Amino acid sequence: MKYFKAIFSVAVTLALIWALQHKFGDLPPVGNFLNPANGFWQNSESKHILVSEELKIEGLQQPVTIRFDSNMVPHIFAKNNHDLYLAQGYITARDRLWQMDIQTRSASGRLSEVVGPKALEVDRYHRRMGMVYGAENTLKGMMKDPVMREVINAYTEGVNSYVRNLSPRDYPIEFKLLDYKPEEWKPINCAFLLKLMSETLAGGSDEFLMTSTLKKFGAATVKDLFPDYPFREDPIIPVGTKWNFKPLTIPQPSKTFLAEQSDIKTTQKVEGIGSNNWVISGSKTASGYPILKTTQKVEGIGSNNWVISGSKTASGYPILANDPHLNLTLPSIWYQMQLEAPGVNVYGVTLPGAPCVVIGYNNKISWGVTNVDADVLDWYQIKFKDNAKNEYWYNNKWNKVSRRVEVINIRGEKPLYDTVLYTHHGPVVYEDTNKKPKDSYGNIPVGTALRWIAHDESNEFKTFYLLNRGKNYDDYREALTYYTAPAQNFIFASADKDIAITPNGKLPLKFKDQGKFILDGTDPDNDWHGWIPASQNPTAKNPAQGYLSSANQSSTDQSYPYYINWQFGPYERGKRINTRLAAMQKATVDSMRVLQTDNYSIFAQDVLAEMLKYIDSTKLDETQIQVLNILKNWNKRFDADEVGASIFDAWWHNFYTQTWQDQFGKLTDDNPLKWPTRDRTVELLLKEPKSKWFNNTRTPIVETAGDVLSNAFAATVSQLTHKYGKPGNSKCQWGNVKETYINHLANIPGFGLGRFKAGGTSSTVNALIDGHGPSWRMVVQMGPQVKGYGVFPGGESGNPGSYFYDNMLKTWQNGKLNELLFMQSANDQSKKIKSTLTLTAK
Amino acid sequence: MLFVIIFIATFCSGFLFTWWAAAIIAFVATFYAGRTATQSFWSGFLAVGSVWGVHALLKSVPNDHILADRVAKMVHLPGWIWLLIITMLIGGILGGMSALSGLLVKRAFTHV
Repeated sequence: MKYFKAIFSVAVTLALIWALQHKFGDLPPVGNFLNPANGFWQNSESKHILVSEELKIEGLQQPVTIRFDSNMVPHIFAKNNHDLYLAQGYITARDRLWQMDIQTRSASGRLSEVVGPKALEVDRYHRRMGMVYGAENTLKGMMKDPVMREVINAYTEGVNSYVRNLSPRDYPIEFKLLDYKPEEWKPINCAFLLKLMSETLAGGSDEFLMTSTLKKFGAATVKDLFPDYPFREDPIIPVGTKWNFKPLTIPQPSKTFLAEQSDIKTTQKVEGIGSNNWVISGSKTASGYPILKTTQKVEGIGSNNWVISGSKTASGYPILANDPHLNLTLPSIWYQMQLEAPGVNVYGVTLPGAPCVVIGYNNKISWGVTNVDADVLDWYQIKFKDNAKNEYWYNNKWNKVSRRVEVINIRGEKPLYDTVLYTHHGPVVYEDTNKKPKDSYGNIPVGTALRWIAHDESNEFKTFYLLNRGKNYDDYREALTYYTAPAQNFIFASADKDIAITPNGKLPLKFKDQGKFILDGTDPDNDWHGWIPASQNPTAKNPAQGYLSSANQSSTDQSYPYYINWQFGPYERGKRINTRLAAMQKATVDSMRVLQTDNYSIFAQDVLAEMLKYIDSTKLDETQIQVLNILKNWNKRFDADEVGASIFDAWWHNFYTQTWQDQFGKLTDDNPLKWPTRDRTVELLLKEPKSKWFNNTRTPIVETAGDVLSNAFAATVSQLTHKYGKPGNSKCQWGNVKETYINHLANIPGFGLGRFKAGGTSSTVNALIDGHGPSWRMVVQMGPQVKGYGVFPGGESGNPGSYFYDNMLKTWQNGKLNELLFMQSANDQSKKIKSTLTLTAK
Repeated sequence: MLFVIIFIATFCSGFLFTWWAAAIIAFVATFYAGRTATQSFWSGFLAVGSVWGVHALLKSVPNDHILADRVAKMVHLPGWIWLLIITMLIGGILGGMSALSGLLVKRAFTHV
């Protein structure tokens, strides 16, 4: 009996210990996670900051001094380049290791390794679209350059000095939650971060939707509804800027492209969208449309930057402002740093996992970026010889298909071997419907090859390396020549009082509209025809108007000889910025700050009066009149407490939907048709209110814009009163109606900020909506002594258990900026310096 | 006495070794100093449970429980104190079962 008792008790205890170390479902191992010796409690950071600390790390050549300011921003002072980037890697890893790990895992299609089969399709997509292939090519480009090789290797060494000395109790909390170990950093991970940026900013496409739309409505209608230049525009390069170069010969449209564009009559019929040339996934519904999950390019992830020249500022020196908009998450996407070594002293934001400062300033220059949205991603319909898919037709002959096997390791399962077919265009993302997941990636046309700039050899970090050290305009221009993707509008100001902007990246030389639709992959004339020379990218310097700006709108007016894209971000933000900058005299840093948080709607200014004209108040009931009066008295600002903004937004949305829905289907993920833009809809409303598009084809009468507006208004009032109660109710204030939130990068509840009340919308300068908005706001006053201001929604630390995880959030939410500490040497004295870390060689 | 031995040894081990060291400590300590099943179990339970509580608080108090509150929210508990109680309970059961096992194994090898 006593033996039984002993064995039983020991068995229960061992089973308990096993269970406490075992991962059940998505839960972390309870014992590992909760115990105070090495579980999550260890990640609770003390509020007491060490005033000075010394650490010995591997690989350093000379000691490095790091001073932390009151926001825990590291100011790194090194004696040489190698040590500088090694320390950058080490310090970044100390604050953001898990973020670095998960972002590169995501980009490289390795999420399933840690979260299991639920991430398999995301991983497959990333592998199949050539993220790894592209990163390998970029790595080659970086490593060929001896300077960048040293930078990347030193950064890698720095991250690994940190990782190697990490004990399990010190692992960032997310590793404990997801129950996996940090691994060593590799140089290719730096390239993966660039691929991730390219995916976010230059990885979307409407070609599939545009092609379906073309097949349904024909070329003439598509040309009318989807014009190549917007009705209203205020381009980045000021209208009338002269092009001081002799352009290359512009390629002629291919025969296959012209045939597609002239083929109007035969494609009018509403047929199944898949022609024999290309196949669409999913089964067909009764309406003849295949079931698809498509992602229309969404408006709103809008960034802004501008410079104002010394002639218009109080100090007589230029001021530069930049607020790049991205998905807002905790930990923050950016990490602030100052990097100082012989030949460089720069402050700004870095991407955790990448060397150098991406957006920032030094004593002589400052620079910032917004997205260009150049068309650098195209789909080519592939004609395979047979089902073996070993050869494809191109240039009148059969060409060999090469194969690349992607091994995807899956937690708790056997690895998956996924073979991807490669043509000279690039990878065939999904060669047939069986390869494609049923309910996602609907905008990826099946049977087509992807030609994407992110696959090319490149050396983007060199641009930032040179900008970090730049002294003047010439250095800026030189730095930009190294940049490939994702193309950015690089804005610039110098202490020499120069200002400039350049939509910049490696831009393919194309015929007009090449890539607006899916291209025929058998025709060599559809290939990219080389590149726009870097020196001929659009650029402007010191214009007479005294300012320059960008807000994702068209790069140029229609006089620019090359084709960059047929659509860009809408013009309203750019228009507002330019109007304000034009009016400014004696501008200060605060003028810029106020403009960054501006909620005034140019869109409402453009259309509201016209919309109201059609509303006959004699036909309205009491509630409708109340709503109408709120709208009439509205100041056209999308401030958080404006009720008018909510009404206008809903009214426009209803009007837009009622205009297009009868013929273009619902604006949902499974609609394969592209809806005409807001800009085109505004043009129709203002210029052709009797256009046939306003007629609802499902009713016997013929409607005009006025009818649609009246119907939409009635619908809006009933929707709003139903949802929020009486008109004017505080529940109906814009900040309460609009969804705005900041979540944790892995959506872990409790680790994010959650939803909050805020102003702004996608068409205002403060384009804060849903989970995206200004990810870094910076204003730099150039001068004999440069002065920087900035804030991002979050904090320097990536640890949810740190005081510095989200300490800057309030400042950001209030539309304020922190005065940035830019030190000239490690010995500078400042009350803001809270802690000093000395790194010496081990 | 047994409580004190387990408490001190577990307290020290928490700074050096992984968490299941507590199980070995409770087992060995009871193997030598355990008398009755009740005394062994509760000494192990209270000693390891309270050490886990003290260790958690040593980290969490200077943090103003920022992290513990976030984790509590993650698992839908009303506050950090609940997380502390659960942590102590798990430590307690681990310590208690290990201590009881130590005693029962000792009895299996002796002629009492």
